[in-house]
Amino acid sequence: MAHTPASTTIYEGGFVDPVGASQTGFRALMDAMARPGSIHVLPDVTAPPAPLTASAAALIATLADADTPVWLDPALTKTVAVRDWIVFHTGAPITAHQSEAAFAVVAAPEKLSALNGFALGTQEFPDRSTSVILQVATLTEGVALMLEGPGINGRASLAPDPLPQHFAAQWMANRQAFPRGIDLILAAPGAVAALPRSTRLTRSEA
Amino acid sequence: MTAQATDAPQQALASYNFAYLDEQTKRMIRRAILKGIAIPGYQVPFASREMPMPYGWGTGGVQVTAAIIGPDDVLKVIDQGADDTTNAVSIRAFFAKTAGVATTTATPDATIIQTRHRIPETPLKAGQVLVYQVPIPEPLRFLEPRETETRKMHALEEYGLMHVKLYEDIARNGRIATTYAYPVKVEGRYVMDPSPTPKFDNPKMHQSEALQLFGAGREKRIYAIPPHTDVVSLDFEDHPFEIQHFEEPCALCGAEQVYLDEVVLDDKGGRMFVCSDTHHCESRRAEGHRGALLGDEPVFGTTPVGDKEPAI
Repeated sequence: MAHTPASTTIYEGGFVDPVGASQTGFRALMDAMARPGSIHVLPDVTAPPAPLTASAAALIATLADADTPVWLDPALTKTVAVRDWIVFHTGAPITAHQSEAAFAVVAAPEKLSALNGFALGTQEFPDRSTSVILQVATLTEGVALMLEGPGINGRASLAPDPLPQHFAAQWMANRQAFPRGIDLILAAPGAVAALPRSTRLTRSEA
Repeated sequence: MTAQATDAPQQALASYNFAYLDEQTKRMIRRAILKGIAIPGYQVPFASREMPMPYGWGTGGVQVTAAIIGPDDVLKVIDQGADDTTNAVSIRAFFAKTAGVATTTATPDATIIQTRHRIPETPLKAGQVLVYQVPIPEPLRFLEPRETETRKMHALEEYGLMHVKLYEDIARNGRIATTYAYPVKVEGRYVMDPSPTPKFDNPKMHQSEALQLFGAGREKRIYAIPPHTDVVSLDFEDHPFEIQHFEEPCALCGAEQVYLDEVVLDDKGGRMFVCSDTHHCESRRAEGHRGALLGDEPVFGTTPVGDKEPAI
């Protein structure tokens, strides 16, 4: 063959045990989604090309397939290997349009301007919305968010960082569109948390 | 692959994937479950598969269980509260065989409880998942047969018709006569069918510690109630929601404030009322509680309570 791929890394670093790893990853995510604010261990079982992190890669490999268009933020599309890795390991089509995406992976949440550019679903089918995976550095050391809503006994807190700009205002707008809206999946190193659209942010009172 | 082919004749079971379903199907169901949790009470359409059992035998619940179960899970399956009926035994055996998981009849030991129409009497705890088998997920279906219309009614939060139905109950019977599949409102938004559980169990759904997942195989819908979520049974100020009350305690274990089944004893009108939840009844008897009709020799439940069943 005359043509050699620029990198072989895209073929490697997927799930070694796809059945077990996706079940473990899904249960962590399901528990995180069912109890917003709670943090669940996500074992490092993938080795994707940077800047895609192992946590985000494990989640996208667990959830995406040929039926789910994936949108990548500019930080990820800069690296062709990231796109190729996701396509090779999941078979998911990559879309350039936020509003067509079933999943979005965001490596630089602080540069994400608007959450409402994603698919929000319709009033009849609110499930036809984008689930946005944010790669965050921490779930405990950012500015604390106080959370209320289904899945939370009273109040919970979560301190992810980085977050999209004007996050509180954006999330309030997302909550007001309920049952339409996006769900956020926060992929931190070795851990996952989630903010489903049903979660309300309350002002923290010390 | 070669090893599999040569081993094939000795294998008792064809090489199914873990927990029977293929991975793409599990992913599709898992995505539906996540949306269901994010929108409590909303029915998420999913591509329900044919299962090796007929519709009506819990194919929806089985698919949900298959999508979430892992090798470390302990599975309990109940059918009207009983661990020992055909449906419950078959589904436990199915997962013991296809997923190699441990099964149990003891509610506190289970991580996943698949149920057909009862919620165990023992309060559920955090970390447990209750999977309901649902025949008809749409609470408005018998009032409006068109899916396009019911979907619009949910979209517009137009639930007046449901209150009319409950009102007609009162007009005809002097009280709300609906006793099972009693409609609930989840987190103040979606009216939901709690599956044909007796309304006795409705209060247990409210602010439950456990995650509740609902699977309707024939109707191809999945919905969910996260833990700590408001689940309110619909009613009127002058006709508040009430659960069933039983005049006598369980005839075997003497339990009160539990849901009882009527058992006909003879053709002369003799009958007894016993716990619908067999594990609850057996553990109470093991603790020494005795009902009025309990004989000296144990009638049922010669198996020690909470005994793990061997994987088949």
